[in-house]
Amino acid sequence: MKESVRVVEARKVDLVFQTSDGPVHALSEIDLEINKGDFISLIGPSGCGKTTLLRVIADLEKPTGGDIQVNEMTPEEARLQRAYGYVFQAPALYPWRTVEGNLKLPLEIMGIDKTEQARRSKEVLEMVDLSGFEKKFPWQLSGGMQQRVSIARALTFNPDLMLMDEPFGALDEIVRDQLNEHFHRLWEETQKTVVFVTHSIPEAAYLSTKIVVMSPRPGKIIDIIESTLPEKRTLDMRDTPEFLALSHRIREGLRAGHSYD
Amino acid sequence: MNWLRTSSFFSIAAVLAFTTVIWYGAAVYLNSDVLIDKYDRKKIEWNFSKLVEDSWAMKRPVMPAPHQIMLDMKKSIFGYKISSKRSLVYHGWVTISSTLVGFAMGAVLGILLAVGIVHVSTLNKSVLPWIIASQTIPILAIAPMVIVVLGAIGVTGLLPKAIISAYLCFFPIAIGMVKGLRSPDPMHLDLMKTYNASKSQTFYKLRWPTSTPFLFASFKVSIAISLVGAIVGELPAGARAGLGARLLTGSYYGQTVQIWSALFVASIIAGSFVYLMTVMENRVQKRMGVQA
Repeated sequence: MKESVRVVEARKVDLVFQTSDGPVHALSEIDLEINKGDFISLIGPSGCGKTTLLRVIADLEKPTGGDIQVNEMTPEEARLQRAYGYVFQAPALYPWRTVEGNLKLPLEIMGIDKTEQARRSKEVLEMVDLSGFEKKFPWQLSGGMQQRVSIARALTFNPDLMLMDEPFGALDEIVRDQLNEHFHRLWEETQKTVVFVTHSIPEAAYLSTKIVVMSPRPGKIIDIIESTLPEKRTLDMRDTPEFLALSHRIREGLRAGHSYD
Repeated sequence: MNWLRTSSFFSIAAVLAFTTVIWYGAAVYLNSDVLIDKYDRKKIEWNFSKLVEDSWAMKRPVMPAPHQIMLDMKKSIFGYKISSKRSLVYHGWVTISSTLVGFAMGAVLGILLAVGIVHVSTLNKSVLPWIIASQTIPILAIAPMVIVVLGAIGVTGLLPKAIISAYLCFFPIAIGMVKGLRSPDPMHLDLMKTYNASKSQTFYKLRWPTSTPFLFASFKVSIAISLVGAIVGELPAGARAGLGARLLTGSYYGQTVQIWSALFVASIIAGSFVYLMTVMENRVQKRMGVQA
């Protein structure tokens, strides 16, 4: 039995954006616990606040109500201690830096010495299977490769928590499958805690230990599903009855939360 | 011969040939009044071909013909020692040196102002309107005062002219760089925030590299108007040296050919500066991995 250490704890988190069209209720009464080693997927239709919730954990947005703790600190304190690696929807690589330069960026900022920078960027590049691409500029890589560099960049400083905002959303199905498999292996090896935003049901079912289903207007959690799948996963598993049952439950949750009135 | 097709050689040559033809025609038209007047007074027989010939060979034409300007340039560039007051190289260098000093001062000032405006919100509100207001004052009005005031406290020569250049050229740099330093993608800025990067790290590693295209665009505008500033600054300084002085003495004595050759030299200098900026820009962009 793994001892569970609390990484994220949210209690009645509310977030209201003041816009020129009036207030927008992005998050409403979010209760969520994330333990060390969890792979949590936040799934829901556009506008359900899944990205916003991720940004609240990352201290890129401030909640307007409720209480949230990351590593038993405020999100801001956690951010200042560089507690997490964030992967955006787009690769967000700096176009004037080579792959290697992009990987070293966080290390330069954190004041890590040159030899260690080189060692770590080499190491993470191996982890995402891109050795030999050090000197390439981002535009010379395909979209999938760029996103792998972006994941590698978040791994360079070895954070325990990975926050990922639809990292594979812009990729085609085949590349997405490959990256899902690859990333799942990576997660098994590194034992990191992952919070993963997606709107793909198979992706959420395949990767997660726990799936959080959200619904829009206002963004709230309507179901939290513990995965029934074994820890060791393969892409073929997606045709098994367990996988289909899990997908079905996620779909039911999404349907229940999705009203058109 | 492939380079001929791909380069802009033909289009440039065509424009040049067209302009030259128009110019020769205009020279005849504009000079004809004076010449016909002269023929009438001195009772000289004339026909159209004599008029054309004479209008391209006047000593003080209203509009000199291109070859007259070229000959005058050749004489005043290569015909004298470069230290001579008659040498266009000498006058050109006087103007170039204050252009470059003024440009350097304006660039530093413009960049510093932009950095301040982007990082300090009070500066954004208080300084930006003044920067814009500063450019509504005609430079021709303020230039003599700068020269006179600085002359009164003993500052003469290159510096007052450079200050006028700087006054003109800090503006596009400041405005361009405010825009440039604010141009990073929000995602790139968020990334810096997740790393808990300091303001100066965000500046050197993100804002500054993102703003390079804006920097070079404003440099190209600025170096050309810096030259204008230097020439304007030479006008009230007693017309001792510089291309501005050549323009002024030329107009005192009706030496239109001299005016035109000074103008040509000025535009050649400005063109070369802009070209050099483009070369530098291409080099920097290549190093920054811009897709060729």
